[in-house]
Amino acid sequence: MAKMTLDQLRALRAQKQEELETRNVEGKDIQLIVGMGTCGIAAGAKQTFDAIVAALEKHKLANKVVVRQTGCMGLCYVEPTVEVIMPDMPPVIYGKMTSDVAEELVVKHLIEHSLLDNHIFDKPAIDIAKH
Amino acid sequence: MAYKNFILVCGGTGCESSRSDEIYRNLIKEAESLGVSRDVQVVKTGCFGFCEKGPIVKVLPSESFYVQVKPEDAHDIIAEQVIKGREVTRLLYRKDKKTETTKLEEIEFYQKQFRIVLRNCGVINPENIDEYIARDGYKALERVLFEMTPEEVIAELKASGLRGRGGAGFPTGMKWEAARKAPGDIKYIVCNADEGDPGAYMDRSTIEGDPHSILEAMVIAGKTVEANFGYIYIRAEYPLAIERLKIAIAQAKEYGLLGKDILGSGFDFDIEIRLGAGAFVCGEETALLQSIEGKRGMPRPKPPFPAMKGLWGKPTVINNVETLANVPVVLTRGANWFSSIGTDKSKGTKVFALTGKINNSGLIEVPMGTTLREIIFDIGGGIRNGKKFKGVQTGGPSGGIIVDKDLDKPISYETLTALGSMMGSGGMIVMDEDDCVVDVSKFYMTFCVDESCGKCAPCRIGTKQMQMLLDKITRGQGEEADLAKLEQIGKAMTKASLCLLGGSAANPTLSTIRHFRDEYLEHIHDKKCRAGKCKDLVVYEINPEKCIGCGLCARRCPVTCISGEKKKAHVIDSSKCIKCGECFTVCKFGAVIKR
Repeated sequence: MAKMTLDQLRALRAQKQEELETRNVEGKDIQLIVGMGTCGIAAGAKQTFDAIVAALEKHKLANKVVVRQTGCMGLCYVEPTVEVIMPDMPPVIYGKMTSDVAEELVVKHLIEHSLLDNHIFDKPAIDIAKH
Repeated sequence: MAYKNFILVCGGTGCESSRSDEIYRNLIKEAESLGVSRDVQVVKTGCFGFCEKGPIVKVLPSESFYVQVKPEDAHDIIAEQVIKGREVTRLLYRKDKKTETTKLEEIEFYQKQFRIVLRNCGVINPENIDEYIARDGYKALERVLFEMTPEEVIAELKASGLRGRGGAGFPTGMKWEAARKAPGDIKYIVCNADEGDPGAYMDRSTIEGDPHSILEAMVIAGKTVEANFGYIYIRAEYPLAIERLKIAIAQAKEYGLLGKDILGSGFDFDIEIRLGAGAFVCGEETALLQSIEGKRGMPRPKPPFPAMKGLWGKPTVINNVETLANVPVVLTRGANWFSSIGTDKSKGTKVFALTGKINNSGLIEVPMGTTLREIIFDIGGGIRNGKKFKGVQTGGPSGGIIVDKDLDKPISYETLTALGSMMGSGGMIVMDEDDCVVDVSKFYMTFCVDESCGKCAPCRIGTKQMQMLLDKITRGQGEEADLAKLEQIGKAMTKASLCLLGGSAANPTLSTIRHFRDEYLEHIHDKKCRAGKCKDLVVYEINPEKCIGCGLCARRCPVTCISGEKKKAHVIDSSKCIKCGECFTVCKFGAVIKR
C-alpha cells in the first residue's frame, strides 16, 4: 500500500476492527454453539457454521455474538444442531439447522426475539460442572 | 471466508526458546495437511506473561488456554479442536492435579492484573501493523497531528500524572515541556531500550509484543517538541525485539506513518535503531547518548539535562520503553481515565518481571498501589516448594531487599524509596530461606564492579572495596568492623557518585545489613551460613546412624570423595569435598547433614 492519508487510515482501522472482532470474546453475551461431532459434520455443520458467520456479518451482529463449535450434543437424528444462549430468551437447542436456515436463525431468534418453532428439539442439559 | 478458530501462539523470547516457533510452523503445516487451513488462523503474538508455563497457546473463540505445549501437540490441536471441536484437555492449564481451569480470566495469575502497557501483548500479531491499527493504534497520533496543539498534548500528559518508568519517576509531561521550550532548530527523541538489570525483561517483551506502540509514541513526542528524528537504543542481545522493530518501522514507513509528510500533515519524522553492546551503564541517559554518538558510554554530570543539551548538544527527549508505551493510551483514553488508576502520586500501572523462587514467574502488569503481598502470593502463586519467604529484591542491582513486614505497603515510587529500595525498571526477584543475603549482596556488588564505567572514583573504588569486604565475610574471615566499613563506603558512594549506577550500587548491601544484621553477624562470629550458600562455611557430613550404605551419594559425587563399604555407613572426605550439595540432595534417608 502506498502512503496513506488520514481518511484512509481511519477506513483501514474500521475495516480491520471488524475483522479482529470475530476473535474477541469479551463483552459478547450471545453464544451460538454449533455441534460438530462426526454426525454434525456429516450432516453439514461446517456449512452451517460458515453460513451463520456470514449472516452475522451481514446483519452487523459480529461484535455481539460468539460462535463456538462443540462436540456431539446427543441429538444425532436431527443434526446439524445449534445451541443458542442469549439474555431474555430461553436457552434452546435447534436441530436440522442446515446452512439455508442460518440466516433465518439470526434474523428471527437474535433480532426479532422469536423462536424458530419448527426447529426446537431440546433445551440444554443441566451442566453438571456447575450444579 | 471467515475463520472459525484462531490459534494464538506466544512468540515472546521465553516461549520461543522452548520451541514455540516450531509449534507455530507445525500448526500451519498440520492445518494444511488436514485441509482446514481456511478454517483456522494461526497468529504469533507477543508475550502472554505466564512464562512459567510456557510455551503458551490460546485457542479462540473457545478460550482454551494451553500450557507447556510441545511441537508434536500441534496435530492434536488441529485434529481435535479445529476439526472436531473438542478441547485437548491434557494441555489445559491446571492449578493442581484436581482442578481444571480453562479460561484466561479464571486463572489467578491474571486476576489482579490490569494491562495498559501490555494491552496488545498476547492479543495481536506484532509483525502485522493492521492488527495494531485495529486496536486503536495510531489513533493518538491522529489527534496529535490534526486536533491538538503541542501545548495541549503536554497539558494532557501532565494532568495524567504519567511518570518515567525507567526507575527515577520524573514526570513525562514536564520532560517534554522542557525540551519543547529549549531553544534550537534541531531536536531529538530517544527511546531507552537498554534494559540491563539481571532478571528484568519488561521492555524486551513490550517491544516484542507491541513494537508499534513505541513508534507511535515517538512520533507523538517528535511532533510535540518539534523534533524530526528519533533513535531507539536497544541492546544487541535482544535479536527478536530488534527484528520486530525493524519490521514495524518498515511497515509504518510503507503506510506513511513514518517518514516525510505523515498522513498529509506536513510533519516529518524518522526513526533509526542503534544497537548497544550490553554495557549496564549505557542505560544511564547521558552515557546512552554518548554511546549513540559513537563514543565510549560514560555518564557526564547533570545539569545540563538532556532536555536542554542532549544528543550532539541538541535538546533531546529520552524516555524509557514502558513510559512511551503508555503515551498513546493516555492520549486516546484521556488524562482523567489514566489518573483514576493508581495512587495519589503514582498513576497508572507498572510492569514487573517476576522471577526467582516463585511459583508463577512471568511478566505482570498491576495498577500502582497494589501490594507486594498480592503480587507475590496471589499473582505469583507463592514461594516454590512451600519454602519460607525471605525477601524480594526490586530494582535489581540498584534496589534493595524488601522483607515480610513491609509487604503490605502499596507500590509507588515513594513507598519503595522509603523502604530503601527503588521502583527501578521493574525486575522483581523473590528469595526464599535457601538464599543467603550476604551471598546475594556479593552477587549484585560483583555485577556493579564489572559494570562500573570507572569514570568517577566513588563508584570505581567503592564498588570494588565493598565487594572485597563482602567476599571476605562469605569466606568466614569477616570482622564486626567490616559492617561499619561497608555502611560507611556505601553512604559515601550514594552521595558522591556521578551517576545512579554508583549512587545506588550500595542499596542491596545496605538494605540487607539493615534487615538481616543477625545473618551477617552469624557469618562473622559463628562462621555459619544458615542458607548453606556460602561454600566456605558449609561442611557436609554423613550421620552413621541414618546411613544405610546404599552408595547413591558416592556414585553421584563428582569428585569421588565419599567412600564406604556396601550396606555400611559412608564417610565424606572434607578435604576433597567441593560442597556442591549433590549428596545432600540425593540422599533419601536424610543421612547427609549440612552444617
